[in-house]
Amino acid sequence: MMDNLYMPYLMRIERITYEAPGVKTFMLKFVNEADQDKFSYKAGQFGEYSVYGVGESTFCIASPPTRKGYIECTFRQTGKVTNALSGCEEGNIIGFRGPYGNVFPIDEWKGKNLLFIAGGIALPPMRCVIWNALDLRDNFKDVTIIYGARTVKDLVYKDELKDWELRKDVKLVTTVDPGGESPDWRGEIGFVPTIVEKIAPSSKDTIAIVCGPPVMIKFTFPVLAKLGFTDESIYTTLENRMKCGFGKCGRCNVGKVFVCKDGPVFTLAQLKELPDEY
Amino acid sequence: MNIDKRLVRKDSLEKLFDILKQNSKTIYAPSSKNGKISFNVAESFSGIVTEYVQTSQSSKDIAFPRTEKILDYSKNKEGMSVKGTDLKNLPEVILWGVRPCDASGIGELSAIFNWDYKDEIYNDRLSRVTVFGFSCNKSDEYCFCTSVGGNPGNTAGSDILFTRLGENGDYLAEILTEKGSLVVSMSPDLFGKAENIDKEKFLAEVPVRFNHEEIRVKLDKFFESKEWIEQSLRCLGCGACAYVCPTCACFDVQDEAHGKSGSRVRCWDSCGLSHFTLHTSGHNPREVQSQRWRQRIMHKFSYMPERLSVYGCTGCGRCSRACPVDMNILEHLISIQEVTL
Amino acid sequence: MVDLIKRAKELIETSTVKVVIGYEQGTANKTRALFVEKAEDADKLMFDSRCVQNLAAYVTKREVKEKGKMAITATLPVMRSIIQLASEFQVNDNNLLVLGITPESKFIEFGNLVEVETFVHQYTIEIDARNKEMLDKLEKMSPAERWKFWIDELTPCFKCYACRAACPMCYCHRCTVDFNQPQWIPVPSHELGNLEWHIMRAIHLTGRCIDCDACYNACPLSIPLNLLTKKMLEDAKEHFGGYQPSLKGGHLMSTYKPDDKENFIQ
Repeated sequence: MMDNLYMPYLMRIERITYEAPGVKTFMLKFVNEADQDKFSYKAGQFGEYSVYGVGESTFCIASPPTRKGYIECTFRQTGKVTNALSGCEEGNIIGFRGPYGNVFPIDEWKGKNLLFIAGGIALPPMRCVIWNALDLRDNFKDVTIIYGARTVKDLVYKDELKDWELRKDVKLVTTVDPGGESPDWRGEIGFVPTIVEKIAPSSKDTIAIVCGPPVMIKFTFPVLAKLGFTDESIYTTLENRMKCGFGKCGRCNVGKVFVCKDGPVFTLAQLKELPDEY
Repeated sequence: MNIDKRLVRKDSLEKLFDILKQNSKTIYAPSSKNGKISFNVAESFSGIVTEYVQTSQSSKDIAFPRTEKILDYSKNKEGMSVKGTDLKNLPEVILWGVRPCDASGIGELSAIFNWDYKDEIYNDRLSRVTVFGFSCNKSDEYCFCTSVGGNPGNTAGSDILFTRLGENGDYLAEILTEKGSLVVSMSPDLFGKAENIDKEKFLAEVPVRFNHEEIRVKLDKFFESKEWIEQSLRCLGCGACAYVCPTCACFDVQDEAHGKSGSRVRCWDSCGLSHFTLHTSGHNPREVQSQRWRQRIMHKFSYMPERLSVYGCTGCGRCSRACPVDMNILEHLISIQEVTL
Repeated sequence: MVDLIKRAKELIETSTVKVVIGYEQGTANKTRALFVEKAEDADKLMFDSRCVQNLAAYVTKREVKEKGKMAITATLPVMRSIIQLASEFQVNDNNLLVLGITPESKFIEFGNLVEVETFVHQYTIEIDARNKEMLDKLEKMSPAERWKFWIDELTPCFKCYACRAACPMCYCHRCTVDFNQPQWIPVPSHELGNLEWHIMRAIHLTGRCIDCDACYNACPLSIPLNLLTKKMLEDAKEHFGGYQPSLKGGHLMSTYKPDDKENFIQ
């Protein structure tokens, strides 16, 4: 029996959540139970989600591997495939290929403090590892989440943000860009790097996981360096244009590193070795 | 290891062709159209072109077609039905007339398609191909197989390598694999005993023009060089070089819908095209041609050797011949070797 | 050629232009484009009957334009392309100087694009005898035979877009084939998709193509796709009396004139 690498699993859209303008979350269940039983993944991995007849798009798996029976993805309506996905309804069948890529080495972080920093639509790639950590809460010391978006409307996972805020074992700081606040906004106001500097989390025994638009990342790394974080203790995920997802189509490489195989999870130390091609 | 060497009389080639056809083999051989030579199904021996240094296109589409269906889907009342491409009924193919540089190039393609994940669509196709390599008696100024670890009589990748012994001569046939032996068993009379035949003296002369290991080491520090801009100023960003190349395997995946059903295809793509790495957001990591030209050279001569342990180039020279603006890869590599960092 | 080289050196030394685009000896027996930015490189400039590449393809190339004002060695087809490009606002007297080479291989420098146009208008665009013969043969075929001819010729095309890259008129930053919402022309190479690509391109070139054969010369498989554009030229002659690139615009396919023939409306 030939194993066709390009064959997606058939997935049924169980639930659609409207997160923010243009941003939706799909909860997907495997149409074939046998596929569900065989399937496993780790936080950090991604997949190729397809609308048959339109094409495929690359998103991370946004739900943690600790929750069985379904996977979730969150995407923003941007191009051909995400527009088609946006037009799907609960009950529709789409395709999913994966899991691909490397993982957050969450086992190596046992006993450490975790600092999650995310901006805008980049919370989804982190959500899987945040929930993974929270589902194994005892393995870690302090958990801090700093999350910002342009405006209040643009914050994703609004219900989960409320959950995290109420939890006593999580420190959550949310912020919006200056001018993005609503009259009843009680969180911080300021760009994410500024807020990180303000909160000044300790770098001692702490792993930082950062994900966001390029401009946010560019200004956050120096703040972390000032706080004493080493390049090996900062993790991020990269994205790049992909087609196959498993290192053959030749598209996603940054120098000799393939984002789909050697990534998408990289430490800052690894990122600094990469040529300026992403 | 002792290679099984046979002598095949000049007239026996046509007889071999006929026997293979009688045994239901599909024979792909060089044929000419509009003055360019490509591999096509050969209906008769007389249609096969023999006097050429190199064909215009490679024969890679025998295992990696330029457009290939990978699945079919159809939406119906019950939901969605999706079927993977059916490779059960592929014909057995004889690839007749590939040069040693192309035959060895199969190794590169196989390395890419089996890197960690095994692409069975490619492997299945390749398993039905028997490769008849034909050594080079002539070369031209575009050839540089010897600079990348090959040579005009290289046996790598062929199932049988034929070497013509002089102008109008008979052929030395080296039977290199089981597939090759199978062919011999179909027509044992045509494969006579070969006495001590030295094929070397019938092979083309291909002088070594650069040191590929030196280049690989240099390229490690070459990423930021201004040379890329100088070299690529006349490059127009088409895909000709990638598509005629025997080892270029970059591809695109496209869906083609026809009403409620359709298919997903894999098709050739080229890193030289401006939209190859374009993100939907509009960001393009390789915005200008010099970055894309750099990618081509680095991928073949630096990344592939390091990650896949194979050289991404066999020195066939097709890219240089096909390029509308004379981006001669040999010239560019020599110039990289000569530049002081 | 000596005059051209001398003038090219002067233009660079006086910073009148930042780059001179010309031809140089390539590898094997080819010639290729040369970009002279330093006066001493001008010695590599040459010209002979092998120099048929249409250099006007470079005056819209970002990396070349960015250097500043350009000078270009232009044979008659290149001059025509330049006038057409100027009428489409892609070049003007501020960013381009034309160093002409007449059909008799004499160097002639033009002061401005109006002078180039005057020169170009002395000659009509004529299809050469060999291709005219081929077009006549096609014309005499039945539609079914003609369809078979084109399917045979265009199916081997592997969509490398060398034809598009070499054509000076194909300067769109985002070509029709690069759109995926909707996907006007399929991406993969197959019978129908190839036909769609070549026909679409010929239609986009109608009234703009100046018959330089750059597309055919660039094709790695020597597909006679220039027959499509030549046929459009013939049709333009028949229905609209032919055309010349013209600085004042008034393109064939985008201008309506009250006396246009409408005999296609039956």
